[in-house]
Amino acid sequence: MPFAINETMGQYSELFMLLAAGTYTVAFIAFAWDLAKSSKALRAVDLKAAQTEQAAAKVPVGAGVGTAGAGAASSAGTDRTESHLAGPAGRAERPTSSAAKQAGDASGAGQTADADMRYAAERRAPARVAVALTVLGVLIHAAGVITRALGAGRVPWGNMYEFLTTGAFVAVAVFLLVLIRRDLRFLGTFVVGLAIIMLVAASVAYWTPVGHLVPALQSYWLIIHVSIAVLSSALFTLTFAMSALQLVQAHRQKTVAAGGADKLGFMRLVPSALSLENLSYRINAIAFIGWTFTLMFGAIWAEKAWGRFWGWDTKEVWTFVIWVVYAGYLHARATRGWTGTRAAWLSIVGYLCVIFNFTIVNQFFNGLHSYSGL
Amino acid sequence: MSERVKSNKLSPAPVAAAKAEAALPVLGPVGMLRWAWTQLTSMRTALFLLLLLAVAAVPGSLFPQRPANPSIVTQYIKDNPDYGKLLDTLQLYDVYSSAWFSAIYILLFISLIGCVVPRAIAHYKAMRSQPPRTPKRLSRLPEYGTMVVPADAGLPASDAIRSAAGLLRKRGYRVEVRDDDGARPSLGAERGFLKEVGNLVFHTSLIGVLVSVAAGGLFGYSGQRILVEGDTFVNTLVGYDQFTPGTNFQSSQLQPYSIQLDKFAVTFDRESRGKFGQPIDFTANVTTKENPDAPAKQEVLKVNDPVTLGGTSIYLTGNGYAPVVTVRDGAGNVAMQGPVVGKLQGENYYSSVVIKVPDAKPDQLGFAGFFLPTAFKTEEGVSFSGDPELINPQLTLNSFYGDLGLDDGAPQNVFELDVKDLTPLNARNLDAGGITLAPGMSYTLPDGKGTISFDGVKRYVGVDIHHNPGQLYALIFALLAVGGLIISLYVNRRRVWVRTGAHEDGRTMVEYGLLARGEDHRLAAEAAAIRKLLADEWQIPESGSGDDAESSAGIQQTPSRQDDNGADSVSTPAGPTGPKKDQ
Ligand code: HEM
Repeated sequence: MPFAINETMGQYSELFMLLAAGTYTVAFIAFAWDLAKSSKALRAVDLKAAQTEQAAAKVPVGAGVGTAGAGAASSAGTDRTESHLAGPAGRAERPTSSAAKQAGDASGAGQTADADMRYAAERRAPARVAVALTVLGVLIHAAGVITRALGAGRVPWGNMYEFLTTGAFVAVAVFLLVLIRRDLRFLGTFVVGLAIIMLVAASVAYWTPVGHLVPALQSYWLIIHVSIAVLSSALFTLTFAMSALQLVQAHRQKTVAAGGADKLGFMRLVPSALSLENLSYRINAIAFIGWTFTLMFGAIWAEKAWGRFWGWDTKEVWTFVIWVVYAGYLHARATRGWTGTRAAWLSIVGYLCVIFNFTIVNQFFNGLHSYSGL
Repeated sequence: MSERVKSNKLSPAPVAAAKAEAALPVLGPVGMLRWAWTQLTSMRTALFLLLLLAVAAVPGSLFPQRPANPSIVTQYIKDNPDYGKLLDTLQLYDVYSSAWFSAIYILLFISLIGCVVPRAIAHYKAMRSQPPRTPKRLSRLPEYGTMVVPADAGLPASDAIRSAAGLLRKRGYRVEVRDDDGARPSLGAERGFLKEVGNLVFHTSLIGVLVSVAAGGLFGYSGQRILVEGDTFVNTLVGYDQFTPGTNFQSSQLQPYSIQLDKFAVTFDRESRGKFGQPIDFTANVTTKENPDAPAKQEVLKVNDPVTLGGTSIYLTGNGYAPVVTVRDGAGNVAMQGPVVGKLQGENYYSSVVIKVPDAKPDQLGFAGFFLPTAFKTEEGVSFSGDPELINPQLTLNSFYGDLGLDDGAPQNVFELDVKDLTPLNARNLDAGGITLAPGMSYTLPDGKGTISFDGVKRYVGVDIHHNPGQLYALIFALLAVGGLIISLYVNRRRVWVRTGAHEDGRTMVEYGLLARGEDHRLAAEAAAIRKLLADEWQIPESGSGDDAESSAGIQQTPSRQDDNGADSVSTPAGPTGPKKDQ
């Protein structure tokens, strides 16, 4: 028999979760403020650039040598309109790093995240505040997750409440870890917003007091299998956001290229569609490997628990579907005419399946996995 | 596959393939077949089939599935008379063995084989051939740079190319030097063949997984058995309550081991709110024998912790209470004695029991009712079980006499009593009333039909017994697949060309270019690393910043693009997501 339950710890945990959600909310506001403010600043920069440009004759400084069909358009660094054309959405071949870099470098001043999504020199005060608040939030959140684990005397992912609270923590933590090396702050509203939703949903709809695990879950495979699943899902969350932005950005680039008005000013903060696609591909590749392990470890566990490693239980079906969709995504990236927008759609569909697998399948579908603690 | 290679302009074969494809309509039947094959093994088809497979798997989670639970399917068809039957004809209750699902994955795997085999052959050839010839204009490559070795260094063009070749070899490249003695010697180098190998291993292993699963289905078997404390199961066909053989199963496969349930203990949650009374631990103590005359062994069987015996695994999958009863017939003889397995019906081990006594004389007797470990009654008189533990065990029964219908040999469900041909003796609505027994009590049936006594309660467990010979192979192939996948995603296939030439003033001019096959976000870093190696080797002062480099004495970098400055290409874009380099 496992540890004794400690209800006081459980109550502390709930308090921490609430505090974390509150801190995230303030961080969310800061991130949103950053988007609004930067968008305004960028517009001003643009206006100025446009004026200078009109004064001087429009002389291309040097034509880029397009190797991968990507870098056709790179003229003066301030020429925002053209620069966003780098990397048409439906391009046939994949660029190497330098082609991608060019796409970003060419976008000129004011682009907060370049194609490599490295930090630019200029400071964005609201964004810094937002990140600091998110760090504070994640620390409180960590305390919540740890006290929950101590209260229950086991890993804190044994029911829906715990999947959500721990999952939200991992999503934010992964986001912050990526932030160390890459400027993905434009995803801040999305990631933090999602974490808030998850925490609120956990507390309102799925609240469960600390408790023991049913015997079916008492296995070290719970630790291995679920932790990798949660981690992969957190990565899929990032790529989902990036793919969604990629679609918007691609649309905007097309509109702007065709001479239309740029109605989505805040998207200036976001890197070009091609850079988004390339980075989300790399994250998706890691997450896909993680998901492959999730699937395999799940099968091994199923063999231990139920005597068969695969039985097309609803949860197994959806895990398989997700795996196949992302395998399709990887294939799409290698198929002519399927990169860009279509690949982004596949990445989005894959993530919707992840959400479906987590919410609807856990709650409404009957299967061997129906012990999600409801 | 052809699609992918087609986009690679360095490989000549796919061009021919593309031409063949273009010239198709006049090719006749053989041409048609070839065309179909090309289509089937194309990347686009693979993608389409993959997505189709994902979609086709979904209905299996929406509708009840026969292999998992046949009775629910029957009920579902009954409950939905309008479309239940239609779904059945569409095989929506057997999705994963349906014709359409099978068609999709078989096509996918044919496509896979058609994809992997030619690719493997092509790759084998590529691995044995020399790196491709040096392109005329290196500056067109995605990574390009030039260097100048000063005249006083005394490094002729041919020596420079040889020293570059040495460096690249050390870096894991396969190198070929061309025109060694000419005016403009060059080298071609390539590395990362493992990438393709990984890809091939991955895809081939998927076939391996599929075959292993199929083999498991052919040669495996599974069965169920209920064991009351004290019972022994012997692994023979008659020992099973239920048995599902694979297509190629032979009963000689069964090794006659035995397993006896000595004791079964359950721990219930007495701590948490909300989950009070939920089981949190099941432990079965068993005695096993590999063979009838092998030494006995004590083992523990738990959920998530099967016992392996005689090539099978034994899983703890269910449990419950088995009240022990003794039934005497009208003549006073013991007609039946022993535990009766209660079938779980509701909360807290609320179980149904059926007792059939075919040996009772003069009439056969039958009992049906409920067992409650902790009996409670609501104010409306509805009985329920208040706790899973044996606090106030109670057996409530109705009794019948007549012909149980067991003598004609037709199989019957032991958990159901067919009362059609029976006469009720005890029931709540009869004068005699129902039978309510606590342990130790007995009851005399009306009309001198006999007596029934409730002697005590035992626990029972349900075990699943599985033998799956394909399982181990499936695991091995799955591991191979992930290994291949990781290699294929994180090894980069790269080509490098270097060309040197002597300037009139005695300087040696060097230009180099890099090309990646497939996705490679670290090609720029590789270019920078190679540049640095060369600079160190030739002792050309190389400074960190591109602008400085431009003006510094010996070096000139002419990147392929105006914005590709040295500073950027020197800093290695190794993100947190950045994979390990293949060195
Ligand atoms: C059982 C179905 C299949 C699955 C689950 C699958 C999965 C994958 C995955 C995950 C990748 C990316 C990782 C890697 O590069 O190794 C991949 C790549 C690839 N697959 Fe498949 N595949 C399947 C069938 C096929 C078929 C039928 C073909 C050929 C028509 C094919 C051709 C390729 C090729 C050429 C690549 C390399 C793409 C690149 O270079 O980026 N696959 N596959």
